[in-house]
This record gives sequence, C-alpha cells and structure tokens, in this order.
Amino acid sequence: MRYALYPGCVARGAAPELYTATLQVCARLGIELDVDSMRGAACTGAGVLQEKNERLGDALNARTFALAERSGLPLMTICSTCQGVMSQANKRLTQDPAYLAEINADLAEEGLEYRGSADPRHLLWVILEDVGIDKLRSLVVRPLTGFKAAPFYGCYIVRPSSALGFEEHPDRQDALEQVIEAVGAEVVDFPGKTLCCGFPILTINQKNSLRMVANHTLDARGRGADAMVTPCPLCHLNLDGYQPNAAAAAKKPIELPILHLPQMIGLALDIDPKAMRLNKHIVSTKKLLSELAVAP
Amino acid sequence: MKATLRVRRFDPDSDTPEAHFQEYDLDVEDSATVLDGLIKVREEVDGTLTLRCSCRSAICGSCAMRINGQAGLACNTKISDAVPRGGGPITIEPAGNMQIIKDLVVDFQPFWDKVRAVEPWLQPEGPEPETEYVAPNDAMLHEAGVMACIMCGACVSDCTVLAVDSNFLGPAALAKAYRLVVDPRDDAEASRLARLDEYGGVWDCTRCMECVEVCPKGVAPMDRIMALRDKAMERGHTGTYGARHADAFADSIKHSGWLDELKLPIKTFGLFNIPKILGLVPVGIRAQLAGKRPPIFHKSIPGVQGIRRIFDRMESRR
Repeated sequence: MRYALYPGCVARGAAPELYTATLQVCARLGIELDVDSMRGAACTGAGVLQEKNERLGDALNARTFALAERSGLPLMTICSTCQGVMSQANKRLTQDPAYLAEINADLAEEGLEYRGSADPRHLLWVILEDVGIDKLRSLVVRPLTGFKAAPFYGCYIVRPSSALGFEEHPDRQDALEQVIEAVGAEVVDFPGKTLCCGFPILTINQKNSLRMVANHTLDARGRGADAMVTPCPLCHLNLDGYQPNAAAAAKKPIELPILHLPQMIGLALDIDPKAMRLNKHIVSTKKLLSELAVAP
Repeated sequence: MKATLRVRRFDPDSDTPEAHFQEYDLDVEDSATVLDGLIKVREEVDGTLTLRCSCRSAICGSCAMRINGQAGLACNTKISDAVPRGGGPITIEPAGNMQIIKDLVVDFQPFWDKVRAVEPWLQPEGPEPETEYVAPNDAMLHEAGVMACIMCGACVSDCTVLAVDSNFLGPAALAKAYRLVVDPRDDAEASRLARLDEYGGVWDCTRCMECVEVCPKGVAPMDRIMALRDKAMERGHTGTYGARHADAFADSIKHSGWLDELKLPIKTFGLFNIPKILGLVPVGIRAQLAGKRPPIFHKSIPGVQGIRRIFDRMESRR
C-alpha cells in the first residue's frame, strides 16, 4: 500500500500536528507514503478560488492529478475540504472529454497531461477500503475504552454525495464512526456531525461562524462527548482554534478537545501523544489524556 | 413490506403541548412512498396527524419535511429507500429553520418574505417591444435549471446559516435572484447585485452544500450563489470581506502555489482596519504559544511558474 500524499495547505501551515500524526500513524498501519511527488501540487482552491473562476480551479486540480499519474501512485489526502474539491473537479473533468481536452491544452506547456485515472481518497477512506476496519482493530494495542468521541466529518467529505462515490462505497457514510469503534472508543452521535463548522465564513461573518462552533461543541459536550474527532483540518482550525472565542460569544464554557483523525488512531496504537503534538492544541487535551491514562 | 414511521408530533392546542415522537407500524406496498405511509396513518390510524401535501408527484412542493434528519419531499422518497442502514424506524420531522404550526406543518411566511425581498419579477427598461420580449434559447435553457425550483423549502430547512442567523436571505431566494440576474429580459442586474452584496446576501453563505444535497429538483442553489458572487465581483463589488477574501486567496495561490494563512486574514480585513487586525492578535498569540503559527516566510512550492502561467492564461481569457 503506497500512496502519493497530498497534505493540503493547512497541514503544512497552521495544523502541523496533523501532518506529524499522519506520518506516524500511516507507518504503523502499513500505509507507505511518498511525500515528495506532490510537493509541486497547487492548493485545490478550497471552493474559494472556484467562487471566482471554477475553470481555473479545475485546471489546477487537473495539474495535481497529472502529477499523481506521473508518480504512478494513488493519491491520498488528509483534508475533507481537499477531498471534496478534488472529487468535484475530477467528476467535471472525467465526465466531459471535450472539457478535459481543453484543460489539458493549458497543462501542455508544462509537459503535463491528465489522462483521467486519478482517484483521490482521504486517509479515512484508505483506512476503510485498503487497510480494512478489522485490520485496524487488530493493530490496536491500547483500546480507548471509555473514551466518548463525537465524529465531525467536514462538509466536503459528505456532500455532494453524487461526487463522492457513496453509491459504490456506502460504507463511506459512517466511516468515521466505524474507525471510532475500531479503536475501542464509544461514538457520541449528534446531528451536527455532518454540518458546517463555520470556517468558510470566519473572516466574512465571524458572529455566525462562532455560533456554529458553539452549537456543535456544546451539543456534543451535552451528549457526553469527551472530545470531537475530525478528518478535516479546516474544521479543526475553527472548532479548536476559535473555540475560546465561541465560548466567550456564547457566554458558556466549552473546553472540548478536538482531535485530528490520525491523532485518535495514534493514541490507540500507543504513539506518544507529544510526538503527535497533542500538547500543541488551543483547547488543552491534558485532562482527556490523563483520563485515558496516557501521559500528556 | 413492513415499516415503522417515527413521527415528530406537536400540537400547541393540546393539553400537553410538548413535542414528542410517536411510532406507527405499517404494512405497505414495496413501492410506497413516505407520503403514502403518512396518508395511510392519517386515514387509517390517527386522523389527528397533520401534514401538507397535494400532487404526490414532486411538482407542487408541499410535502418537504425531514426524513431521517435530512430534508426531502415525502412524495418522492420511497419507504424502502428510507429505512436506515441496519434497520429501525424511519424518523420523520417537520422542515427545519421554520416555526412549527402543528405536527409536520411549518410556517412558510418568512420563506415567502425572503423570496419577495429579491423582487422576483422581471424589470425591463426602455420602451416595451411591439410584440413579446424575445430571449435567446440558450439563456432560457440555462435558466430552466433554476426555474425547476418548486419552492418546497427543503434547502431552507437544512441551510446551516439560517440555523444560526434568520437574517440570511437563504438558498431558495438567492437561487431565484440568480434566475433574474441572468435573465436577458431583465435590466436591473446592477441594482440587484448591489443589494445581494449586502449583509444577509450572497457572502453569508458558508458553502456547506446542504442545499445542493437536499434539493429534489437539482437546482443547486449554492452553485447559483457562487455564480452571483462572481458576478458581483465582476461588477466591481470588491470591497466586501467576502470578495477581498476570494481575491486574497486567489493571489496567494497564484503567487506561491498554496495558501499563505498569515497574510490571508490581513489582506481580507486590510492592514489599516485596526479593530479587525487587533481582533486577530489574541488568536495569533494563542497559535504562537501552541506552536501552530503558520510560517512567517511563506515559501513558494516547486514549479510555481507553471501555476502562474495557468492563472495568466485563464485570467486573460475572461
């Protein structure tokens, strides 16, 4: 199992802990990562560039897919937003050969051509479909017994379902819950798990963005969650980074740790929390780790 | 087939006006829709169950409700498809983001107020033509995608922004606004876009795609909102935080191939926007202390020249 890793911007910027945790967890799960092939790949546009110019976004993503094809490896993401934007672009590019040919004309100058074979998949789906939930369960050395985890997917890994292969892979719809259970933790189900974290409007309408953070974290907390787990670093930025602001605006304490997906898996694989930078969160994970009897 | 409908009941005039769930075990045809099931309950089991419905053919838009937590038309959702994975009852609730009147009936007044607020009628200028207004076929074919809207309110029900801010115009009204902005017979594009650029308009959408997912007619309201943003920016409405954010985002990718997370908020707010910049300080300090500050010297990715060339070609074509 070898993949070309496309980490996305946030894992290389404001969420370095996600990148670190991914490398360590993948090594334990037998997921080999080529971290070099995609170094020259652009940002997906995150849906923002697409507001201005969807075709430009498609060209950048076609370029990324062409680089992946050149590496000869399947493409793996670790960001729900990257996943969704890539899946949507890939759908437009592969369902219309004339459009793909036009876009390829723009890539030709760089000597690149996208042949339409890329199948970008998030680490979450790779675990589900290539590693296997049973294999993950068998690799757990420290089951997270008693840990109550609320899943939080991030919009773009659940919508639009027509671009995300849910028909062929129905298990993707509750992949996060399956992983939470496989590591021995308990799922805290709540309606907010597939809703918006508010990050895309953080700089546009901060009040609304913080309300979304407060609503989801307080709801999960109220249902008994010890922490939230997300495969999306953008959600993490808002749910963790802006949780103090959200708590102040809502005039309620929240203090709900937000874990990146590989961080939670890493705890069950007995990887040192510090090595996964769990001590480098905005909302402290100290209490959670001591409850799990893992040194903070 | 046998199925259980778990219906959210609420009657403000009853002695116990608390919302609660009531389960109905049904034996229905394999082809039965959720609406068939609800009508069966109302006619054969419990005549007090209240719901709106009419055409039973996904045309009238009356029976939008939440089925297993997601908005949809009861009449085009088959019971066999709605049974949750792993079995169990089908949960049926009224549409969200609107006041419940009774059981599955919600108050659509705010919905209609917002549709009215976008002035959903053609506003041509100049003298009336002697015969009819003529529109090119291509333009109307494009518009037909939006005109397919049946005003069922499914998108409004599940809009994640309306859940926190009732001031937002919302997906249905904004899709309607788009339909008028692109109509070749309408001459009010400039004033429409100016209004849509304001608070509660196109920039308040959080791009969560709930509306795209739940729309039973493929209207894709969010895609229309994104197109309105693009049109507003083209018309010179570039001063909003939303437009500045989109510009700063595109500039960052063009310049370095990836996102400069430090510069993005500063360029969005403007360096001399003192209150907003001061507001970033605590967040910046927290990130610094946690070792989460993005790199100050933002390096370009290898091969960024190729990315710049793609930008130049695409932008020059517009």
